[in-house]
Amino acid sequence: MNAVDFRNVSFRYAGSEKEALANINLKIEEGESVLITGPSGCGKSTIAKIIMGLIPHSYTGEFSGEAYVFGMNILENPVSNIATKCGIVFQNPENQLFTFSVEDDVAFGPENLALPPEEIRKRVDESLKLVGIEHLRYSSPNNLSGGEQQKAAIASILSMYPSLIVFDEPTSMLDPSSSINLIQSIFRLKEELEKKGGRLTLIIIEHRIGLLLDHVSRIIVISDGRIVLDGEPLSVLYESFKKKIPINIPPILQIYFRIKDRCGLEKPPKNLKELFSYLREASSEKHG
Amino acid sequence: MVEITVENLFFKYPDAEKYALKNINFTIKEGESIAILGENGAGKTTLAKNLNGLLKPTKGSVKIDGVDTRNLSVAKIARKIGFVCHNPDHQFFAETVEEEIKFGLKNFGFTENEIEKSLLDVLKTFGLEEYRHKSPFQLSGGEKKRLAIASIIVWRPELLILDEPTIGMDYAQRLNIQNVLKNLVSEGKSIIVITHDVDFAVSLCRRAIVLSGGEIVGDGCLRKLLSNPEVIEKASLRKPFLIELEEEIGFSVIDEDFDSISESLIRVFDKCHS
Repeated sequence: MNAVDFRNVSFRYAGSEKEALANINLKIEEGESVLITGPSGCGKSTIAKIIMGLIPHSYTGEFSGEAYVFGMNILENPVSNIATKCGIVFQNPENQLFTFSVEDDVAFGPENLALPPEEIRKRVDESLKLVGIEHLRYSSPNNLSGGEQQKAAIASILSMYPSLIVFDEPTSMLDPSSSINLIQSIFRLKEELEKKGGRLTLIIIEHRIGLLLDHVSRIIVISDGRIVLDGEPLSVLYESFKKKIPINIPPILQIYFRIKDRCGLEKPPKNLKELFSYLREASSEKHG
Repeated sequence: MVEITVENLFFKYPDAEKYALKNINFTIKEGESIAILGENGAGKTTLAKNLNGLLKPTKGSVKIDGVDTRNLSVAKIARKIGFVCHNPDHQFFAETVEEEIKFGLKNFGFTENEIEKSLLDVLKTFGLEEYRHKSPFQLSGGEKKRLAIASIIVWRPELLILDEPTIGMDYAQRLNIQNVLKNLVSEGKSIIVITHDVDFAVSLCRRAIVLSGGEIVGDGCLRKLLSNPEVIEKASLRKPFLIELEEEIGFSVIDEDFDSISESLIRVFDKCHS
């Protein structure tokens, strides 16, 4: 089943002359992990809002085409229907936290599904643990640092047991080691669910491509409201490099792409140590 | 020109049990480029807000050109010290991008001519010309971020504090911001960047103040601090790519772009065998 199926989707925000998205055709299968990237203002967040049904239901503008999420036509389904399947973690986490304690925020979704109290408690425990903020359970979201708020927002989505999660720059406020930990725990969560026979589709909007390169199976590059590249991560990045699309290609690949042909490198290095050992090998072969 | 002296600064939020900042001491002089680094919740933003008077010390003092921030109004400080917060939504209130940018200029008594000229300058610098008459809230995340910086930088404060300036920015925009900020420093202005983006920090800042758990665990040359495994570990940082690269090849590449770095690498490896 397709988790996401966009057919000729275009959207123009009210008051704007230009289309934010133009003629997007996009299929994402259930269980895929996809990274969406592209210059800022290119339409990435707009795609996320359509998947959640926030566009066209909560934003005014001109929508055309058809969009399905797990077979639900977003035009015919209220956001509340879509929210039972899909969760989104927004760019600015504090915009999505609104109660007086982290616990209440995380419990809010399941409470609205009218789940029994034990089930809600279990989900809150699990979700807080998964993102590592059990100690902040009774804190007010307002008193948290930016990074902690981001984790609280993620926990409040996890507690809904979604089939699809859209992360809009999930690590923007996190320090380097928390970013790595968070990304790892997102993918560990996916693995665990799949071991139990579940499916989780992940759509991650990020500028920091390096963080996700080892985790995603597909990268989509959006530029100026259009999908300009879509495919296997490394080849998408190489194409972006050749076409000079200004995305944040990881530094190690910036160098690799520039020298691979001239130095006869066959596979991309994971880090500098690898790059240097590849270069040494290639150079000794060349020079005998 | 502005000089800030922080002495024995302790800060506690009203309803908190623990101090968010403990025993902070340092001085900032003109023309400095400083990165404030540290793990999530280390106290970076709290420190920044103490520097521009949004928060006042619980104990100790912050002095701007010799005057205690307790005796200065936030507006008066803002003329000298601009603060770009991490969430642009907190900063915007005007109906159009143009009005947002003009607000500071009008309040600081710039003339009509100056206002128009400065407006056009920053719209251009930050690639916001086409959004001039749009609402700030209609912009995308990265565009908002650029507007947030533009609307402060426009009145040319002596010290500019930026909280996570590179969030949501693509490669080209990061380079652009880097250049804009470098230019400010070369004009004798100071900048403080709060960031987790160590690669950005290393290309821009000479000095780093590293916080962990509300205390300073390092203050000095940024490159030295970011080569120090103990500091990196303590503040949940990462060694910047360029420093790692320098350690491998043994010469400086900090100010070079990827084209010339790649050329250097090829030369280095060719030399080994010729």
